[in-house]
Amino acid sequence: MASKVLNYIPKKSFIHSLSGTTKLVIFLSFSFLCGLSFDTRVLLFLLCMSFLGFALSRIKLSEIRLMSTFLVIFIVMNAILLFLFNPEYGPELYGSRTVLFHIAGKYDMTLEQLFYQFNVSLKYVIGFPIAILFISTTNPSEFASSLSSLGVPYRISYSVSLALRYIPDIQQEYHEISQSQEARGVALGKDVKFFERIKNSAKILLPLVLNSLNRIDQISNSMQLRSFGKHKKRTWFMRKKMTAADYGVIGLCVLIFVVGLIITNQGGNNLYNPFMR
Amino acid sequence: MEPIISFKDFSFQYTAQKQPTLKNIDLEIYPGEKILICGASGSGKSTLGNCINGLIPFSLTGKMEGQCTVDGIETRNSSIFELSTRVGTVLQDPDGQFVGLTVAEDIAFALENDCVEQQRMNEQILEAAKTVSIEQRLKNAPYDLSGGQKQRVSMAGVIVDDVRILLFDEPLANLDPATGKSAIELIDLLKKETDTTVLIIEHRIEDVLWKKVDRIILMDDGRIVADLRPEELLASSLLKDHGIREPLYLTLLKYAGADLKKLRGIDGINELVLDEKTKENVKSWYARANKEEVYNDNDVILKVEDLDFSYQEGDPILHSVSFEVKKGEMMAIVGQNGAGKSTLCKVICGFEKPSKGKVFFEGGDITEDSIRSRASKIGYVMQNPNQMISQAMIFDEVAMGIRNTGLSEEEIREKVYATLKICGLYEFRNWPISALSFGQKKRVTIASILVMGPKIIILDEPTAGQDFAHYTDIMEFLKELNGKGITIIMITHDMHLMLEYTKRSLVFTDGRIVADASGSAVLCDEDLVKKASLKETSLFKIATDCGIADPVDFVDCFIDYDRKEREHGK
Repeated sequence: MASKVLNYIPKKSFIHSLSGTTKLVIFLSFSFLCGLSFDTRVLLFLLCMSFLGFALSRIKLSEIRLMSTFLVIFIVMNAILLFLFNPEYGPELYGSRTVLFHIAGKYDMTLEQLFYQFNVSLKYVIGFPIAILFISTTNPSEFASSLSSLGVPYRISYSVSLALRYIPDIQQEYHEISQSQEARGVALGKDVKFFERIKNSAKILLPLVLNSLNRIDQISNSMQLRSFGKHKKRTWFMRKKMTAADYGVIGLCVLIFVVGLIITNQGGNNLYNPFMR
Repeated sequence: MEPIISFKDFSFQYTAQKQPTLKNIDLEIYPGEKILICGASGSGKSTLGNCINGLIPFSLTGKMEGQCTVDGIETRNSSIFELSTRVGTVLQDPDGQFVGLTVAEDIAFALENDCVEQQRMNEQILEAAKTVSIEQRLKNAPYDLSGGQKQRVSMAGVIVDDVRILLFDEPLANLDPATGKSAIELIDLLKKETDTTVLIIEHRIEDVLWKKVDRIILMDDGRIVADLRPEELLASSLLKDHGIREPLYLTLLKYAGADLKKLRGIDGINELVLDEKTKENVKSWYARANKEEVYNDNDVILKVEDLDFSYQEGDPILHSVSFEVKKGEMMAIVGQNGAGKSTLCKVICGFEKPSKGKVFFEGGDITEDSIRSRASKIGYVMQNPNQMISQAMIFDEVAMGIRNTGLSEEEIREKVYATLKICGLYEFRNWPISALSFGQKKRVTIASILVMGPKIIILDEPTAGQDFAHYTDIMEFLKELNGKGITIIMITHDMHLMLEYTKRSLVFTDGRIVADASGSAVLCDEDLVKKASLKETSLFKIATDCGIADPVDFVDCFIDYDRKEREHGK
């Protein structure tokens, strides 16, 4: 069976009890602020908040091990490559150059570069947990209703959630088709040449696409026969009522977002620069 | 009384078709009736259903003539939404119509679209779920449900809307026999509890007649050829004449020379009352009939030894499965959905690796062989031909399996042509596959396996969703292949197939083989039938009613007699 990398982990926690809309607001405000800001103080604050969120959600590290491992590897690789390709970006950005020690050739380890890379890594460390938090605490069924509550037309938000709903089915079908094709000599293993593999994947894609089209036909008939699209609006069985806690959290997010942006832009750019006196 | 559905000189032609699919239909259906609409594939029975639920003309377009009114509304002036609050449609494949991520959500779907408030929604969902006894499963996801449970959810999803008409489009197509039986019972119950008009579109008459229907409408080539009470229709030869398999018990009674017009309750095996004269008729027929004894003392071609398999540790799908298959056998693997039948075949073909046990082919251990190398010994034909076909042209599709094996283009052509000839597809060799019918596509997939020269072919549900003519066509073809020495193993839910075309069946329950016997022996064993979710044959009931001591032999005699009669008839 297809293993699930990212999925909803049902639990009883404060974060789980918030409505999907609230969680979408948290996710959007944090990721925008994190993306826009290079201010270390703001980032550190966001980091604390996102770890707090994690603690509140009661999701154990072991439940998201695969993603966390991936995240750590990604950050380390990213840091190494960043340094190799542009070791002087930090000094350039901060306008000063404090050499800690010389490595080799043109490579010097500078305090500014270290600080710059620390900030970049910080962004990933904040961004990923927030995304994981959103996905693993939001019931997929609530996903469509939260999108539509933010003004996305329900026909579109429902299609998105329907697509998510069918991913496991399509994975399963891909698996079955590829087995039967392999029996007829369509090899997809690691020992096959790259281009051969691409060409062979196409042989699986054709039946998969045709079958998916059939499936779409059927599901859309079934939806129409149950009045999908009858009114401009629809109600949502899985929508959680907004509570005081929801409004509180949304208010807090907006506050953090606004204050964060103000602090970030204080010095005329989005940098926090400890090297300028 | 006013009819609730009425067609007056109604015709319909799909936009893409050259001929009308429905021709001059006149039909009246009254409130509270339970009606079976039957016909061979392409007879227009599903199209008729789609005209009632509004998919025609609002989703599937075409040219409409004449009148069609449903619950007092002329459909062409209505909308699919208005009609959907009056007609609840349960489509063929319960998987394909599951929209929600949980049972409750799926039932809620129609209510959500109708802007019902959450509080009321919850009440209505619970009520509908209770009607079909699925209320314990409201929070389950579709993949946690059996096929029968999924179908209950589909039913709840339409009755939640308080519809007046329930339309079932081939409700039995994807269910195992026992589940099909309980589906028919449930439909009967729903009709009584919700006071609705029920239409069932099916070609498996015997299964639907498990519970009484009021009227049968028989369609052929876009026209209604019979609109009769069940007992009138069954006493005639109309079903046979229009390509529908009549219930086995009726065929038997006809062979025995019983006077069907005088018998009570011929419209269902549960209703049937045999009088003394008929019993005598049956007994004297049995005395005349005989069966062919078939012995297969060939060598063992396939041996499976103590096989275990699981996808997840601690959740085994197969438990120490062992059996042998002799060369030239034609056998069935039966049992409920999820019992491990398909998994077993995938392990045999090497698609999945067993956690324990061995597979031998002609005495050699092939457990560690690759998928590719096994394919030249054992071929696997999937249920849905569309899942196998990846080329545009028939020739290329069949040739695919022997390309890159060192054969020259000339040798490939020779082999492909020879295979196409065996499969009766030679004249189509230069055709695009898209021009073929479903049954022909199935043949192409069999050809594409056959070309690799396997000695065993395993087929997953070779006859699923096919009417009697196509069923006979494909099964006779497989029998012919079998006659050429190819060993054939079929996974099936079709009890007729198992009786008529196999001498041996492996019965699976929860990943274990619980029986290895002839189809007739399996279906005359009430405990086994129950345990493995099969359905007893109506012949068994007749044998018991007539006090015949050896019902298994009786069933075997009937099958051989019937085969001879049909061959004679040709």
